[in-house]
Amino acid sequence: MAGLATSLGSGAMTNSIAEISGASTIFAIGTNTTQAHPVLALQAKKAAREGANLIVANPKEIDLCRHATIHLQHRPGTDVALVMGMIKVIVDAGLADMDFISSRCENYDGFVDSLKEFDLATAEKITGVPGELISKAAKMYAGEGPSSILYCMGITQHCHGTDNVWSLSNLALVTGNIGKASAGVNPLRGQNNVQGSCDMGALPDVYPGYQKVAKAENKQKFEAAWGVSLSDKEGLTHSEIFDDIHDGEITALYLIGENPYLSEANANHAIESMNRLDFLVVQDIFLTETAELADVVLPASSFAEKDGTFSNTERRIQRVRKAIDSPGEAKPDWRIVADIAAEMGAEGFDFEDEAQIMAEISSLTPSYGGITYERIEDVGLQWPCPTQDHPGTPTLHTEKFGTPSGKARFMPLSFRDSAELPDEEYPFLLTTDRSLFHYHTGSMTRRVDGLEQLDSEEFLKINPKDAASLGLEDNEMVQIASRRGQTQAKTKVTKICPPGLVSMTFHFAESPTNVLTSPALDPVAKIPETKVCAVKLEKA
Amino acid sequence: MQKVNSPADVAKMRDYCQAAFARRKLRFLVCAGTGCIAGGSLEVYEEFKRVISERGIDINVDLLFEGQESEAGTVTSGCHGFCQMGPLVRVEPMGTFYTKVKAKDVEEIVTATMDENTVVERLLYEKDDGSHATTELDVPFYNRQQRIVLGGCGTIDAEDIREYFAVDGFKALATILQDLSPEQVIEIVKDSGLRGRGGGGFPAGRKWEAGRNAKATPKYVVCNGDEGDPGAFMDRSVLEANPQSVIEGMTIAAYAIGAEFGVVYVRAEYPLAVVRLLKAIEQAKEYGVLGDNIMGTGFNFDIEVFQGAGAFVCGESTALTLSIEGKRGMPRVAPRPRTTEVGLYDKPTLLNNVKSFAYVPDIIREGAEWFKGIGTESSSGTAVFALTGNIVNAGLIEVPMGIKLREIIYDIGGGIPKGGTFKAVQTGGPSGGCLPESLLDTPIDYDSLDEAGSIMGSGGMVVMDERTCMVDVARYFLNFTEEESCGQCVPCRLGTKQLLEILNDICAGKGKKQDIDLLIELSHSIHGGSVCGLGQTAANPVLTTLRYFKDEYEAHINDKCCPARVCKDLISFRINEDKCKGCTLCARACPVSAISGEKKEVHVIDQGLCIQCGVCMEKCPNKFSAVDCVSPKIPVPAKEKTEVPA
Amino acid sequence: MSKVTITIDGLQISADQGMTVLEAAQANGLYIPNLCNHPDLKPAGLCRVCVVKMDDWKIAISCKQPVKDGMVISTEDPEVQQIRKNTVELIVADHPMTCLTCEADGKCELQRVAHYVGITPEGLNRYRRKVRAIPIDRSNPFFDVDHSKCILCGICVRTCDELQNINAIDYAQRGVASFISTLGAKPIADSRCESCGECVVRCPVAALAPKGAQEPMREVKSICAYCGVGCGVMLGVRGQKVVSVQGDRDNPVNKGSLCVKGRFGYKFINHPERLKTPLIKKNGKLEEATWDEALELVADKFSKSKGDKFAALASARITNEDNYLIQKFTRAVMGTNNIDHCARL
Repeated sequence: MAGLATSLGSGAMTNSIAEISGASTIFAIGTNTTQAHPVLALQAKKAAREGANLIVANPKEIDLCRHATIHLQHRPGTDVALVMGMIKVIVDAGLADMDFISSRCENYDGFVDSLKEFDLATAEKITGVPGELISKAAKMYAGEGPSSILYCMGITQHCHGTDNVWSLSNLALVTGNIGKASAGVNPLRGQNNVQGSCDMGALPDVYPGYQKVAKAENKQKFEAAWGVSLSDKEGLTHSEIFDDIHDGEITALYLIGENPYLSEANANHAIESMNRLDFLVVQDIFLTETAELADVVLPASSFAEKDGTFSNTERRIQRVRKAIDSPGEAKPDWRIVADIAAEMGAEGFDFEDEAQIMAEISSLTPSYGGITYERIEDVGLQWPCPTQDHPGTPTLHTEKFGTPSGKARFMPLSFRDSAELPDEEYPFLLTTDRSLFHYHTGSMTRRVDGLEQLDSEEFLKINPKDAASLGLEDNEMVQIASRRGQTQAKTKVTKICPPGLVSMTFHFAESPTNVLTSPALDPVAKIPETKVCAVKLEKA
Repeated sequence: MQKVNSPADVAKMRDYCQAAFARRKLRFLVCAGTGCIAGGSLEVYEEFKRVISERGIDINVDLLFEGQESEAGTVTSGCHGFCQMGPLVRVEPMGTFYTKVKAKDVEEIVTATMDENTVVERLLYEKDDGSHATTELDVPFYNRQQRIVLGGCGTIDAEDIREYFAVDGFKALATILQDLSPEQVIEIVKDSGLRGRGGGGFPAGRKWEAGRNAKATPKYVVCNGDEGDPGAFMDRSVLEANPQSVIEGMTIAAYAIGAEFGVVYVRAEYPLAVVRLLKAIEQAKEYGVLGDNIMGTGFNFDIEVFQGAGAFVCGESTALTLSIEGKRGMPRVAPRPRTTEVGLYDKPTLLNNVKSFAYVPDIIREGAEWFKGIGTESSSGTAVFALTGNIVNAGLIEVPMGIKLREIIYDIGGGIPKGGTFKAVQTGGPSGGCLPESLLDTPIDYDSLDEAGSIMGSGGMVVMDERTCMVDVARYFLNFTEEESCGQCVPCRLGTKQLLEILNDICAGKGKKQDIDLLIELSHSIHGGSVCGLGQTAANPVLTTLRYFKDEYEAHINDKCCPARVCKDLISFRINEDKCKGCTLCARACPVSAISGEKKEVHVIDQGLCIQCGVCMEKCPNKFSAVDCVSPKIPVPAKEKTEVPA
Repeated sequence: MSKVTITIDGLQISADQGMTVLEAAQANGLYIPNLCNHPDLKPAGLCRVCVVKMDDWKIAISCKQPVKDGMVISTEDPEVQQIRKNTVELIVADHPMTCLTCEADGKCELQRVAHYVGITPEGLNRYRRKVRAIPIDRSNPFFDVDHSKCILCGICVRTCDELQNINAIDYAQRGVASFISTLGAKPIADSRCESCGECVVRCPVAALAPKGAQEPMREVKSICAYCGVGCGVMLGVRGQKVVSVQGDRDNPVNKGSLCVKGRFGYKFINHPERLKTPLIKKNGKLEEATWDEALELVADKFSKSKGDKFAALASARITNEDNYLIQKFTRAVMGTNNIDHCARL
């Protein structure tokens, strides 16, 4: 998100879901979208069925490959080399959209310089994808437009995730595939309200609406609105918070609706950190593995028991409605927070209902300025929607970019390897993905019997050759160990994974995958590299 | 001469081949159609090879082309058509025609021919008057026929393209490539009045024209060899006997519409046709009359053979093209574009039956007027039928259109065997109908048969005598269509099933008074409601039998009587007390020991035990004829009912 | 789009060029009975129930027949009525008569069509009834497959193909033996089926029926709580229990589509393990407490941890309003910007 914000001025999906099926070429990289966003994937499959080119870049032969025109099966963590290699093909072939570049972008010359190191031979060597195929994909993407890029955690969860994202914005910019319908750079959000949490400023460096904490006028605006004085110091990111807890700098943690016990990369570190806290409050709908560590557990309402809004991956703010009462004494999260604030004697938390909160949100968040419950009663609106009469924005950057200069910025890049690669001791590369039938750490889905019946345990997906070399049969328990921890899971011998690559989900507490994953962070986005770490395997 | 390098070379190739074959004084031509092979013709052929070789003669045909003279040779040919009398052997050039030849007869035939200059009389066809026919021309089965599309059947070796060249093969193709524009070719086909021989009878020329006018490319030529009517084997015989004529016809069609690729769709159950076709394609390419740069003219056309899995419905053109594409062979639902617009791989496709293509070289060679001169005004040319059933001369025949059913059945077919009485003739296979005696003077053409309630179809013709139950016949065909229904549309899938179950009930004596009305009502709805021709015509056997033999249905339903004594549930066997001499033959043969009676005393059938197999009737000596078959059933007295142990 | 005028049973109606006769009729509020048609799918023309007479001579299938200006359609022509009635009778003769206990009762398209064409006991008794006995496939946890009720309309097959592009099912065998099958006729749970339930929703009878389905007493329009796509849902409620989820066809994001989690993964809501009271850890064990106790304790502890000693982790699962208040609390009350959430995981 930080990546696109720098290059384009906004970190969200540039285009809308409904536009995907209108693309002539779809480039889906680092997203197993048929599993993670099945309904959005319908659009990509529909486009492919109706004749659009579908280029899938993924180290694994994911389900979407069945519909693909080209599958670029690159080595995990080599996205920059792949995409920059494609861009070089495009530039060399004279397929760059020079009008778009000169009128709407900046830093092109500096960027073109950085392409030098990505000739096809190098790209082929780094990615393992035949140069010919890279070239074909590049020309396909640059050829018939509009071309749409879809990506997800396979791009961001790397120690060079921001570089990955920039390579994609470079690709879109160089071909002018941005700021128009059915094109764009589209990060697909994995959770129902990631977009909204970010929009609402549940981030250490920005207030709601991505207003920088570090900027004095923003601080003044919020101090005036909230009637308090605010810290001008940017806060810590998720992983940094756990590091600071570990170091004793942070002593109290208020954890809402999250289960780092399973979801945090290098989970053992997170668990150890939480054990060091003086005071841990966990607010959730179930007693999760993390909640069991808490000093106080607060019962929250589920989405079916409260009103409010979610903002989806295409920036659409939609109404969530109370269908039933909360069980027992559980309460909506906002009400619990308000109650704590009131107990602490704070002012400005005495909201009657959610609509009142939305009124305050829109008064302080320019992109939500035109949002009221009345307006989104039937159909949600897509931000930016700054005023009451604004119709919302399906496509971003049509006129200008959200950067300070109004122009999109080309980002020169060089290739960096993943932080931890297989070696003699840990010969396999482990990557993570998701199951169609489960959601995140499974606190909801694993309590649905039917879903549990369809998918009830973790499987380590492994190529038949690797399985044979280790003497492993299908459906056999295997011990998986990294430098940070170890766990067990059953094998699923499948050609979905190329040799050398193994893959697990992280839905199952019985096989906590994230004890294995690498905590190496992207320096800009501070996202841990859960998509690449080295492991060793042995029969359990 | 190894290759045809220009259209003009075809005549040279003909002369070259004729000259070579002329160096062989005698040829023993053994029929290797599927029927004769089943009768042992391949053993006969092997024996000819052995016997001739023993005389120190090398029968290798290639030697003739190297200039060597030969005393005799033997080859296999495709089906001669007179399957009833197979295996068949013809001795050329004199044309001596031998029937029912066994391997042990070969020595005698060779000796008679080569050493004694006589014929083996006992193997000649015996005419009604007891005299013998020496050649086919004397055989009534043949001499009323006019063989065009079957012309090459039984006269040439299908596996040697040089034999086809020798009889003016590929001359038509050479002519059009050299002298005619595609439009002119289409004009000839239109003028000839050729109608599609797959059953529909759509004017071929108009179809070709539509293929020519279709804008999209590439275009395809598809030959429909998915012959599926029970008992029909016309297409099979043409493909087995003269595959070259089909290849030449398709190539001419490809030139006419502008196609470069063709497919022959053959049933996988026709392995011999597949083998011969593949061989013929290979040889045609080798000789430069198929493939790239045909006859050096720059025209390209290639043919592949696709083996269908034997679904009857795949004979429907849209189902057939889908089947070639590897999809489920189901007819496309109307309204839909014509196959000539959107066919194989959604491209313009000219789809014709095997015979339709096989006529084309003759029509080009002999001219449209010649073809038009044969047959009737609306149906020109000849019709090919597979004549089967209760008929003396079963086999494959080709007759001019317009000939009367009566002529086919009595003059060519030799009438009903064993002095039986004609009852009905079924044409058009499961989509056709049964015509009674009163309609025997119906001329054979598309429109007359249609009017009579049957169809020309692709050429099945089943003759039935008085021992045939027409309800049972309808049931037989419905059983076929019900099984072969693709199942996609409701009227065909469930309608044929319902018709079949009602017919089963009627045959089992469980028919209800209202069943006849329901059969008619459903038949019309199936006709009006079904997606494709299979469904639309599926009820024809029911409708025509009801139209001409309604009394039989009524007898089954009202009187529980099967007038033909066929439906087992409605008949009983009874021993005539006055005639039975107590010979015990019947009692000893009865498989369920239902007959009791002491020697020389009248025997009695226990109706509770009898399973109506009819063995008693067969076994009873003709001089007694003491067993009668009666319908309705003789009631079984309640107390006499005997439980048959399971 | 250019308009054409056609006449259906004497009524002149206006239709868009390119529409089928059936679409034109439906757009004008006219009912032509049909079984294998579904507005989301390409017309198949297989049930033949929507048969009409065109221009007074031609039998046409209204779901396949494009409109033409001036076209005259009759749905009550005697021949059409006969074909239609016989066709429906054939289907009913092949169908179980267990309507009252059937999941589709009351919303069954076959019932509707049978009623419309006037199926009578006398008419039906003329037929030989034979219902196919194929064991019900109960392998999927969310829905059952009952082939004996299947009318082979193919809507499920086309849904799985045209809309979902999954192709888990297709026709197998032919003729009366035809049935809808997975590859190798495996139980549906062992097939490529992704359990999205889109076919179940569209099945016009109850050959595909949700397991243990309960009709909701009311429906509440909301948004799915799983992935970031934000599909519109209709939560079906009975008492204080969510008993069903349907896709919201009016939502521009999913237009009614849902995935397996969205459609069937709702049972966590009323799960007995839901937290119902605050818990406070005493002697290493979490014990039930009152809100007053919990709030007092939390407020006390938080008061002593203000500034950068405190951090809050919000959630990508909760609403904008929840998130807004949490970050406001962290910044305004706790005096720190140590607020983040799980966006990066």
